[in-house]
Amino acid sequence: MDITLDRLHDLARGAAFLGTGGGGDPYIGRLMLQQQLSGGGRVRLIDPSELDDDALVVPVANMGAPTVLVERFPNGPSAVQAVRKMERLLGRKVDALMPIEAGGVNCTLPLVVGSLMNLPVVDADGMGRAFPELQMTTFSIYGVAGSPVVIHDEHGNDVVVSAVDDKTSEWLARVVCMRMGGKAEITLYPMSGRDAKTKSVPYTVSLALQIGGVLGAARSTKSDPFAALDGFFRAARPPRCFKVLFDGKVTDLWRETTRGFAVGHLVLGTLDGTGTPMDIDFQNEYLSARIGELYVATTPDLICILDRETAEPITTEGLRYGQRVKVVGVGVPPVMRTPEALAVWGPRVFGVERDYIPIEHMGD
Amino acid sequence: MRIGVDVGGTNTDAVVMHGGQVVAAIKSPTTEDVGSGIVQAVREVLAQASVAATAITSVMIGTTQFTNAIVERKRLVEVGIIRLALPATTSLPPLVDWPADLVEKIGRNVVMAHGGYEYDGREISALRQDEIIAAARRFKSAGIRSVAISSVFAPMNQNMEKRAADMLRAEIPGVAVTMSSNIGRIGMVERENAAVMNASLMELSKRVVGAFRTALKEIGVTAPFFISQNDGTLMTSDFVETYPVLTFASGPTNSMRGAAFLTQFKDAIVVDIGGTTTDVGVLSQGFPRESSVAVDVGGVKTNFRMPDILSIGLGGGSLVRDDGARIGPDSVGFELPKYGKVFGGDTLTTTDLAVASGAARIGNPALVAELSSSVVARGMERIHLMLEEAIDRVKTTSADMKVVLVGGGGVLVSRKLKGASEVILPKHAGVANAIGAAIAQVGGEVDRVFSYEGQGRELALDGAKREAADRAIAAGADPASVTILEVEEVPLAYLPGGAVRVRVKAVGNLAGHGAD
Repeated sequence: MDITLDRLHDLARGAAFLGTGGGGDPYIGRLMLQQQLSGGGRVRLIDPSELDDDALVVPVANMGAPTVLVERFPNGPSAVQAVRKMERLLGRKVDALMPIEAGGVNCTLPLVVGSLMNLPVVDADGMGRAFPELQMTTFSIYGVAGSPVVIHDEHGNDVVVSAVDDKTSEWLARVVCMRMGGKAEITLYPMSGRDAKTKSVPYTVSLALQIGGVLGAARSTKSDPFAALDGFFRAARPPRCFKVLFDGKVTDLWRETTRGFAVGHLVLGTLDGTGTPMDIDFQNEYLSARIGELYVATTPDLICILDRETAEPITTEGLRYGQRVKVVGVGVPPVMRTPEALAVWGPRVFGVERDYIPIEHMGD
Repeated sequence: MRIGVDVGGTNTDAVVMHGGQVVAAIKSPTTEDVGSGIVQAVREVLAQASVAATAITSVMIGTTQFTNAIVERKRLVEVGIIRLALPATTSLPPLVDWPADLVEKIGRNVVMAHGGYEYDGREISALRQDEIIAAARRFKSAGIRSVAISSVFAPMNQNMEKRAADMLRAEIPGVAVTMSSNIGRIGMVERENAAVMNASLMELSKRVVGAFRTALKEIGVTAPFFISQNDGTLMTSDFVETYPVLTFASGPTNSMRGAAFLTQFKDAIVVDIGGTTTDVGVLSQGFPRESSVAVDVGGVKTNFRMPDILSIGLGGGSLVRDDGARIGPDSVGFELPKYGKVFGGDTLTTTDLAVASGAARIGNPALVAELSSSVVARGMERIHLMLEEAIDRVKTTSADMKVVLVGGGGVLVSRKLKGASEVILPKHAGVANAIGAAIAQVGGEVDRVFSYEGQGRELALDGAKREAADRAIAAGADPASVTILEVEEVPLAYLPGGAVRVRVKAVGNLAGHGAD
């Protein structure tokens, strides 16, 4: 299917939802795609099943700090050069692109690149949401090598990282990205069509479109966006757990830099002041939510903070004292909940000292 | 002895203040040329105060003239736009999301040039003089007299914008240059938008500030005058001529600061009931709480610090329907004296209900004596419910907060309000804007990225605070009165060196005015 101008607000909004607090400024993601489409570009999204088993599929993304992104926007042509370099390294042409993460700006950048290169983009990703590190993908979890990682900047420099494992790819690529000014366009995890079909989280770009559409429709009909989301996830195939975890306001918020990431914590109070507050830990993305000592959701399940009235997703950068919000949780698909997957993005990986429990079973 | 003036869309309000006392206050219509309305208002308030023009030591003016110009697409000039960023930022050129009718007024004279900085202060590219000269020549031959320059990460390092500005001035004598680093914060799209809007207001700002100067001279006021900016602090008239865009939010800010002054509350909810809308804001430490979302001005995305105002469709002229069950959002507005029932008109408005219920004495009560008491009761209840809901929406704690009513619509409130520990309608509530302008302080702000590694957090913050204080003093603050109002730290993810974005705001009293 083609993604057209009229769907961009929905896409950006849905991508921000899947970003679970991270992923960068959705406004910039939308504008970039808008620019591309207004200029006559075309964006083709394809079902993973349309891929030949032996096609070459390459995720493409922006790597870097969200705070740099608002000054130095992602660069489509630079990403094109990263893809071309990958083609030279592998000695063959790329058949399709894919987002590495459907959350945030990296949902829209591959669509821009696909339009520039006249390549289709696979409706799937490697995270089902957003995560901060390159090894945190279903590709890596299920055996696709992250290397070579091509890191390209706007000056035309590129650095190729070939590492023995994906955590090391992240470790080395990150420092290159920092030297490039805290932002670079990358391609990585080159994979076959077969792997793209079996080792990705499927249909996440259209999921972003749908979520954004549900919220947009609720707003224009002035109906309850949270009821609309509930209905949407219930009707999904397979159905996904959706819960409104908390309804209140931000009463406390702090952030600090730890282990190279912006780690933070927020406290939400209820609107009438009665009842127990909610605590949320975040590391760019929201990681865990508890009410008092009772955990109600953890990574990898989605924890999203939405404006209480408009249901507009709020990134961690956008958090402020006094904001009136609702916290919602969405269960992730089984492919993201296996023991191998949890070893990569379960709560303990982020310093939340507990084992993962699916959101549908939490808070009972 | 100070004069505070609020030049609104409809009214020009003026107050005379002596220390903490309101000596006189008046409301007068705003005139097309702005100046004569000010002359009228200031003459009247001086007369009421029995004070000579020469006794005035300073004049503070708040105005919405510049916001209105952008919103109405009027009195704007064509501008040149230079962005120092290449090879970066090509995916989103300047003006990318601007409404077409506004671009029509300001033109699309855009030049992308090499330059800009990384987050850590290194150059993205060196500035190329030939590019800037070529841009300057192009603008000059197009008759452009106002240029906006924005460089990537300019808030971190102004140098390149300054050098480019110098080159422009050498090529185009008399050109007005707006540097984004003097206007906006981190966020290229929004900061550049602000710089471009500012550039488009360059002619109007000279005219308006000139009109202010002439008006005051005509009355014989020789004192210096200042203009309120977005955060309620003051700018000198020269500063406003260069940065009119910094006045955008001063209206609601002054109204809230006036409310703070009249009640001496540092923390309260301010409810400004006007003719058509009620604007509800929160005072925190004496200043309005800022909006957490990007604020759109005339359809252009900005990141100005604007007060977080909740507007609802309830005012003194709001229409009453469904036997009192529905209020507004439409209103007779300033034509209340023509259409309201208590004035002999045929439109049932909230003011009519207030009079019928005995809460207010306006117009002729006999004209609403026939209203059904259940309609009046239902309508008044609806009004109060609307206010209570708005109050609840802006509160951040469950505890009851003090509620201050300003604007003319205080007459609508006839009972206690849920969520309010007390409801105060202070004297002079109607001219809270002008009072807010009169009591304004001078501010200085720092917003950039510091590296905590090496110097450590304490040293970095001390440096930022000193810099903010210096800026406040440069803006006219008395050094002895400067305090740090606010410190905000946002660590930058993924970046080394303990990079933290620090924002510090310092305020102080105008030098030479002591506690005045």
